Amino acid sequence: MSEGFHDKIRAFIVETFLFGDDSEPLPGDLSLLENDLVDSTGVLELVGFLEADFGLAVDDADIVPANLDTVDRIAAFVERKKAA
Amino acid sequence: MCGIAGFFGSAVPPDAAPALLRRMAAALDHRGPDENGVHSEPGIGLAHARLSVVGLADGQQPMVDASGALVVSFNGEIFNHVELRARLQRRGRRFATGSDTEVLLHLYDEMGTACLDALNGDFAFALWDARRGRLWLARDRMGVRPLYHAEIGGTLYFASEVKALMAVPGFSAEPDPFALDQIFTLWAPIAPRTAFKGVSELPPGHMMIAQGRERTVRPWWRLEFPRDGDFDTPADPAGQLGVLLEDAVRLRLRADVPVGAYLSGGLDSSLVTALAARQAPGRLETFSLGFRSAEHDESGWQAQVAERLGVANRRVSCAEEGIARDFARVVEHAECPVLRTAPAPLYRLAGLVRDSGMKVVLTGEGADELFAGYDIFHEAAVRRFCARQPGSPRRPLLFRRLYPYLPQLQRQSADYLARFFAAGADGLADPLFSHRPRFRATATAKRFYSPALKDALAGYDAAADLAAHLPEEFGRWHPLNQAQYLETRFLLPGYILSSQGDRVMMAHGVEGRFPFLDPRVVAFAAGLRPGLKRRGLREKAIVKEVARDLLPASVVARPKQPFRAPDSRAFCGPAARPLVDAALSREALAAAGLFNLAMVDKLKSKALDGEVTSFKDNTAFIGVLSAQLWHRGFVAKRPHRGKTG
Repeated sequence: MSEGFHDKIRAFIVETFLFGDDSEPLPGDLSLLENDLVDSTGVLELVGFLEADFGLAVDDADIVPANLDTVDRIAAFVERKKAA
Repeated sequence: MCGIAGFFGSAVPPDAAPALLRRMAAALDHRGPDENGVHSEPGIGLAHARLSVVGLADGQQPMVDASGALVVSFNGEIFNHVELRARLQRRGRRFATGSDTEVLLHLYDEMGTACLDALNGDFAFALWDARRGRLWLARDRMGVRPLYHAEIGGTLYFASEVKALMAVPGFSAEPDPFALDQIFTLWAPIAPRTAFKGVSELPPGHMMIAQGRERTVRPWWRLEFPRDGDFDTPADPAGQLGVLLEDAVRLRLRADVPVGAYLSGGLDSSLVTALAARQAPGRLETFSLGFRSAEHDESGWQAQVAERLGVANRRVSCAEEGIARDFARVVEHAECPVLRTAPAPLYRLAGLVRDSGMKVVLTGEGADELFAGYDIFHEAAVRRFCARQPGSPRRPLLFRRLYPYLPQLQRQSADYLARFFAAGADGLADPLFSHRPRFRATATAKRFYSPALKDALAGYDAAADLAAHLPEEFGRWHPLNQAQYLETRFLLPGYILSSQGDRVMMAHGVEGRFPFLDPRVVAFAAGLRPGLKRRGLREKAIVKEVARDLLPASVVARPKQPFRAPDSRAFCGPAARPLVDAALSREALAAAGLFNLAMVDKLKSKALDGEVTSFKDNTAFIGVLSAQLWHRGFVAKRPHRGKTG
């Protein structure tokens, strides 16, 4: 299940923040912030994607790098939310 | 205000010189629509396109002195020409005209190049000294007036704009990849580099002596701050600033044509307008921009100031379609890619001035750099504040207060805010500390570079290059002064006074005058204790104090609203579609070779769908679009490469 999340999340990031450029690998533990893939608007775009495509309700308190800064963390966050 | 051009060297045969000079001057017609003139001797030629502002009847140029040995082509104004003339006359000098240009000829005759120190003005000029057989080029302290030069076939060509150089046979317009990278990091090329390979800009406060084959470029003025802690703050600093600004305005109202003022509704232009209105009661006309989008519009503030000061106010309204319609023309005037659309409404505003029959306006430009008005100064201070207590749950929340007009920040956690603004303890010793987040965010647009452009850059680091241009004493300055230096020395001349200033004003033959950039005001501001400029999260404290008795209290108290215009959104509508489609077509992108076709395709779709909302996507879209328009307008034209003459 989590692998499916990974792929979907990775595809969203490549499409939205890298404009389809998949020439460089996007490891699951790569920091989106440190690598300038997302800015403050990008984080909200990411939240919008999680809400729309995974049917999650993301609270403001959830919007922290610990939940959203890497593909692995986002996938784990989705899993936790879905299980809750 | 005018345009100048010319050459120095043997590549131009004497009989071909007048025609070449006329072609160069014709390319600058918009800068000087009133008349033009040329002067040539073997090996030297000067051209001039004139906008008559001072000495209407007798200020024709190029101007030759009484001895016939000195000839000058002058762009700009010497605001203290009246005082200088009186001083020269007391020493027995006789004047044939009422123009400020003749003052320069006499001053040079007496003092040589050291006469620059006596000038309070905005200028760029070329002076031929036949006695010494040398050409002298010089540019004002802050970089208000432009001056470019290029060596072609061993001959030096120079002009107010690159367009005039394109009239020179053998000139080839090619992009300079390093300049593009500087724009896509720093917003502007680092002078002397320009977007055109082989074309240099004479940096602000610099001069060039050309003699034979020798070319010597050196600074004649430097922006300097006191060593941190050694501030020499006078008694009653606000009183002194008020006196200085009043005199700076007085000098800048000197003209043989009416002088108006831009009125944005913000503190700086309102203060300049108030000071000017006091000196020209009942006669001052002001000009304002309105936006259809509420987030950009300041019409209410403009009306409030105009009513309080009793000045006539004309307004032009700017909508997205207008920005898109003017954008290609604006890039053509700017002569380099830009990352924002803000020059387009200013182009429209200058058009309003010209349509109103006026040629000269005062503006508040320079105050934000000299008195710390920009958010970036607060931002750097908050980042330092956060760095003193890393992990603080509250300190990063100040970033929300700093940017109330950025809704996406209001939902962010302290942790994210700290990370977005690189508010950790790292990097405090970095000379570019204040500007790092901006440079990093801007540089994300480089993802769109083509592989060929990436190869050409070979790992070049524009920010490191900027750091290498900093003066030795930079590290001894207060952090606020360091940040001010970066804004004032690079972004101000490279973008604000150029793409948003001289270029869009001169596109309509309108001269901007900037009281805050009076050298006395600049020196005063540089010496001030930082607390007189930035107090907590209040900007320009001392300027507010000066304005208190002159402007409505609400205008003095209002937080700074940065001048912004709709960016990518301006290109969403159907009217802009042909422009975007043509500039960003696969063929056009492939021809320029600067950007990744597939990625730009996606960016374009996102922009046309109105989904480009972030700083970095907006920067990328406007940067790529303007670079493509610039390439189409200058490089793809492939100027004539025939032989000189």
